[in-house]
Amino acid sequence: MSTNVSAINPLAMAGDAVPTKMWGIDSRFIAPILITLILLVGQLSFGILESYPQTLTAIGVCIVAEIILSYAVSGKFPHLASAYISGISAGILIRSPEFWPFALCAAVAICSKYVLRLEGRHLWNPTNFAVSFMLFAAPFSVASLSIQWGNNIYAMMVIWLLGSVIIYRLKRFHITFTYVAAFIAFALIRSLWTGHSFLAEVAPITGPMYQLFIFFMITDPKTTVRHSKAAQIIVVLAIAGVEAILRLMENVHAPYYALFIVGPIANLIDIYWLSRKRTVTEAAA
Amino acid sequence: MNKFGRIFAVILFIALLSVPFWLRGNYSSPQVQIDSQAALDRYGFYFTEVAKESGVKFTHTSPRLDPKLDHIMPIIASMGAGVSVVDFDRDGWNDLYFTNSGEGSKNALYRNNGDGTFTDLASQMGVAELNSRENGVSMGAVWGDFDNDGFEDLLVYKWGRTELYKNNGGTSFTRLEDTGFPAWANINTAVWLDFDRDGILDIFLGGYFRESLDLWNLPDSKMMPESFEYARNGGRKYLLRGLGNGKFEDATAVAGIESSRWALAAGSADFDGNGFPDIFIANDYAVSELFLNQDGKRFVAAGETSGVGFSPKSGMNASFGDVLNDGRLSIYVSNISEEGILLQGNNLWVPRQDNSGGLKYDNQANNFGVELGGWSWAAQFGDLNNDGTQDIFLTNGYISADKTANYWYDYSKVTVGHNTIIGDAANWPSMEGRSLAGFQQKRVWLNDGAGRFNDVALAIGVKETLDGRGVALVDLWNRGVLDVVVANQNGPALIYKNNSAPGKNWIAFELEGSKSNRSAFGASVTLHWNGKRQRQDLTGGIGFCSQNQRQLHFGLGTAGSVEKAEIVWPSGKKTTIETPGVGKVHKIKEQ
Repeated sequence: MSTNVSAINPLAMAGDAVPTKMWGIDSRFIAPILITLILLVGQLSFGILESYPQTLTAIGVCIVAEIILSYAVSGKFPHLASAYISGISAGILIRSPEFWPFALCAAVAICSKYVLRLEGRHLWNPTNFAVSFMLFAAPFSVASLSIQWGNNIYAMMVIWLLGSVIIYRLKRFHITFTYVAAFIAFALIRSLWTGHSFLAEVAPITGPMYQLFIFFMITDPKTTVRHSKAAQIIVVLAIAGVEAILRLMENVHAPYYALFIVGPIANLIDIYWLSRKRTVTEAAA
Repeated sequence: MNKFGRIFAVILFIALLSVPFWLRGNYSSPQVQIDSQAALDRYGFYFTEVAKESGVKFTHTSPRLDPKLDHIMPIIASMGAGVSVVDFDRDGWNDLYFTNSGEGSKNALYRNNGDGTFTDLASQMGVAELNSRENGVSMGAVWGDFDNDGFEDLLVYKWGRTELYKNNGGTSFTRLEDTGFPAWANINTAVWLDFDRDGILDIFLGGYFRESLDLWNLPDSKMMPESFEYARNGGRKYLLRGLGNGKFEDATAVAGIESSRWALAAGSADFDGNGFPDIFIANDYAVSELFLNQDGKRFVAAGETSGVGFSPKSGMNASFGDVLNDGRLSIYVSNISEEGILLQGNNLWVPRQDNSGGLKYDNQANNFGVELGGWSWAAQFGDLNNDGTQDIFLTNGYISADKTANYWYDYSKVTVGHNTIIGDAANWPSMEGRSLAGFQQKRVWLNDGAGRFNDVALAIGVKETLDGRGVALVDLWNRGVLDVVVANQNGPALIYKNNSAPGKNWIAFELEGSKSNRSAFGASVTLHWNGKRQRQDLTGGIGFCSQNQRQLHFGLGTAGSVEKAEIVWPSGKKTTIETPGVGKVHKIKEQ
């Protein structure tokens, strides 16, 4: 969930130039502000966090790791918005009674950005990689956020509306919209397949985890394909499709694993296509 | 890009990825079954399961509720296996009462014959046939002497009509009418206490499903919790003031105990030391609640200010123990832990040393090693090996059915949904015979006295994996050790007979109030010996649908003497007994 908007090459984003400012605020701070808002609404309304110290641990480790690795690898002081989002996401998305999983998840997320990359691009969304890894490798001490935020529909509506507006201004709304529509469509198919009620199949997307998933993870500019809007829509449809299959296989962590599987494959194809395009362009010149 | 920096990042990344695999070993159970002599040598005791050979052949059955719930009936009809300890005939031997829940099933009152065997007298005494579609089914029972005649009377709380039986001198029971209890309520916890200290027992009843629901005749399927962790659409609470004649008046509103959370367990003790008994409630689908008794008339909700009212979980047990031998009661709340899916963790609320800013608790379950107990139900504190520290026996397991299929995915799917989804049973996928947190290994956590508990369940002979609910600690054969009785949902009751190594001393106190309620519920004993002190409170129901023996049992380790025992009676009166003899039960009457 690194959303360092400034790092995006607007020309590489299907012609969608991301505004450098939004409502007078540097765009790089918009995503951190939104995720902080989600955290505060969730915590003050319902107390969603395991504890403040655990979330602060995740944020702190992310920021420290980002600074150390950025200096080590590129010799530069990094912009910390991305690390902040990764930390806060890890602090919300994993559940553990202990501290070390929050620290490890945060460290793995940041480290993955510097290791799992090709032609200067991440292959995995860092937080998705780290959360998926923790759920796979440390189930004895880690679970995912799988609770409800209560019944304050207004708080949720605020987050959905605000999130949608921000994502729209960042020109990523088509990704979120496509995913939600696909999820609902696949829920209907799963309902017909399993015989379970449609509402039961739709239920997960009404939970808090999906608010982070659709506004931050699948829309992460660093790890979504840059070929075209159509390509982005195809990729997000693929994520929803793989998730639906995993859900039919009764996998509790289906959305994380779906993005974990589809994300790098899509990015590799994207890198290959863009590389060929660049080669052709350079040859023509 | 810095080449060495890149290499550093790769090495660091590989090292980080290896961490869980290094740590995994610390989480796998180190337990192995060992022979009894090895258990005696290593832990100072072992258990032998002796229910059948003792004549206790009780098997719990679940009710069959409204057909609208058929597809998830195991989830709904998942409670009711309770056990409570009483010496109903005052012959000096502890007897056992088990609650059943199937329509037409019988509760059991096992009289202790004193020779190692038990005889079920429930039908003969008129306290067996309490479970029916018309009057509801039992969820648990607590014994208390509401009329101060010296014989413990029986209260059975139900999904339906709460029943009160007067004990007629240990020879028979009479069901009392017009008690003032709710005509119909879905009660899952009850505690005897004397909240106004008038010397007459009162009763607290905690509702689970809302009281308007007749679970056999539902108007629709919208009867589930509105949220998995923030539900407030459960049953109301009742604080009923005893009048001493079998009648009770509703003091709930006046006392200020207003809650419609889904109560599963409650307990009462004087946590803030003002002399009045407080009430702690462990709620399913919500935070726990602590009501501090101000003056015997009003309670103040102190869940949030004390710290216990944060972090909503699935509270299923409330028990109290002096885990650090410092004269203060910690509160143990059981919750749900399932690897990779739902790691709520149990809570051990330890009071802070400095109470200058008011009563404050910190959850120390992780530090003490008592956090992960599976789908936990009743847990009781007691010194199982008489070493001078309070251990924990915890039972667990929700639904053990098909071993090859589980319901976790569907459960996790629907429980994150909005209230319109989770709150309607029709939206819950059918269980179809699947298990949910079934076949779980129980926990016997031995307190090392230094703030750490170690699980030795398998090693000391607790190997059954039935779906446990109630647990009671009791010295069944008057040997100076605590035996354990477990009530299992849809399964047989178990009795774990304690086989203790010689060389450990003990002392016990059996209290009888005079100015205080005769059962002495609310009294506390603080024992001082060998530089230690340990507090135990006498409760009128504790754990989950359970009640321990009335005698307060203290292990002493190898100490051969006790400095003193300080008793604080519910009336506020204090008694100090200097150098009480060890190896015996001291019968103390309030003077």
